[in-house]
Amino acid sequence: MTTESKATGPVPVPQQESDFYWEKLKAHELWLRKCNETGKAYFYPRDISPFTFSRDTSWIQSSGKGTLFTYAICYTPIPRYTGPVPFIIAMVELEEGPLIPTNIVEVEPDPSNLTIGMPVEVTYEDITDTITLPKFKPV
Amino acid sequence: MSDLSGKAAIVGVAESDALGRDSGKSSLQHHAEASYNALADAGLTMKDVDAIYCANPSPLTIAEYFGITPKHTDGTSVGGSSFVIHVAHALEAIAAGRIDVALITHGESGRSQRSRPGADLGAPGSQYELPFGIAAPPMQYAMACNRYMHIYGEDKTRQAMAEIAVATRKWANLNEKAFFYETPMSFDEYHDSRWIVYPFHLPDCCLTIDGGGACVVVSPEVAKSCAKKPVWVNGAAEAHDHGLISQMPDLTRTIAYQSGPEAMKMAGISHSDVDLAMIYDSFTYTVLTTLESLGFCGPGEGADFVANQRTAPGGDFAMNTNGGGLSYCHTGMYGMFLLLEATRQLRGEAGARQVENCKTSLVNGTGGALSSTGTLVLGV
Repeated sequence: MTTESKATGPVPVPQQESDFYWEKLKAHELWLRKCNETGKAYFYPRDISPFTFSRDTSWIQSSGKGTLFTYAICYTPIPRYTGPVPFIIAMVELEEGPLIPTNIVEVEPDPSNLTIGMPVEVTYEDITDTITLPKFKPV
Repeated sequence: MSDLSGKAAIVGVAESDALGRDSGKSSLQHHAEASYNALADAGLTMKDVDAIYCANPSPLTIAEYFGITPKHTDGTSVGGSSFVIHVAHALEAIAAGRIDVALITHGESGRSQRSRPGADLGAPGSQYELPFGIAAPPMQYAMACNRYMHIYGEDKTRQAMAEIAVATRKWANLNEKAFFYETPMSFDEYHDSRWIVYPFHLPDCCLTIDGGGACVVVSPEVAKSCAKKPVWVNGAAEAHDHGLISQMPDLTRTIAYQSGPEAMKMAGISHSDVDLAMIYDSFTYTVLTTLESLGFCGPGEGADFVANQRTAPGGDFAMNTNGGGLSYCHTGMYGMFLLLEATRQLRGEAGARQVENCKTSLVNGTGGALSSTGTLVLGV
């Protein structure tokens, strides 16, 4: 942590099974786990498949494209968060299938600017030397 | 499991001495006061208790503080539904002959002591939701609600949420223990209120105040000698389908679709037999989706179901007659208070808000991020 943190909230602590996920985010790539038995991708990263509890799993790179599955707009300051309000929290349905929790950025936080189902794509926000968050913006 | 029906009874219920903002008391004090009061209500003493049920802190802490050595403990902690689920577990332990008197206890300085236990920053929620500000139930439930609005229509959903908030407030205005006892709320006041997390206005969100509650569950043999009429646990079931909101299989329905029918089947009742519905109202949306999930109406039909103040005093569907988590009391984990009101109504002790001829109550707790449900059918 040599540079100043740009984090506006708690900074995640990667675990052994999520190190790869966070390392790839640092390189501005979004990777998902895939269950090889079902062929389905899943989020969040776990070594063992949540679909079948099989160990036969792999990593795949996400296109970073998806659609807005749902969102909400936070108007109230939250303890331990220092970012500006209002801001948009959301779930994005990735092309590969999984939902990913995130923020929608680069758009004014107003319901008139947001339509569930609208196309969005990933944008990367480096918050510390090691942690990069996957956020999404309207296409 | 149907042979467990009616094999245990609720015989004592109480809040801690005072509910409200800034009690200055610790969670443990609320636990202790509520337990003292509930045992008195039952006509029992702490010496009679052989099992402790609590969601937090650990049963070790509670038993030590109470000065007892229980032979059975259950620290199931799955959110605000925990206490409803504790009743189900107590029924099982009593019917198995392991225990005779279970004390289910809750205390939380929800307002004075707002912090929850420190987050494990390596936990899935801390890695994948917290960094984005998806930090607490209002954000989690608001995202579920917005998805529901997208599918079933924003205006219709909004009106349903207003109906629920206003009707629940009317009940609170009849309950002197309610935080909003002396504060009515009109539809205009609802619609004009500020945003907390869109699509939630302030009155869509439950209170956060200090308080405690306790509930004594006993065997039929013990129930005979208690001070008040027993309230029988005729149906009980629980279910869980995710932890994080972003892992919820369907944001528009809770797994009450499973626990509800199971509890009703065990009790041998249908929806029309329910005289009082006690539905966990962490948010107005929680009620809307739960009524549908329990099968009181179909998916997307909740708005029609609650229309025209149907759930308010004088309406034909009595629901959340204590004023709910929205307007009576919510400490952070509200499920305990569902049990208190259902018991009082079934005993006929509810005073100005008494539901006429109340024989059967369905209690549904929802905990976590719409994650867990416990459903009970209670009867006299």
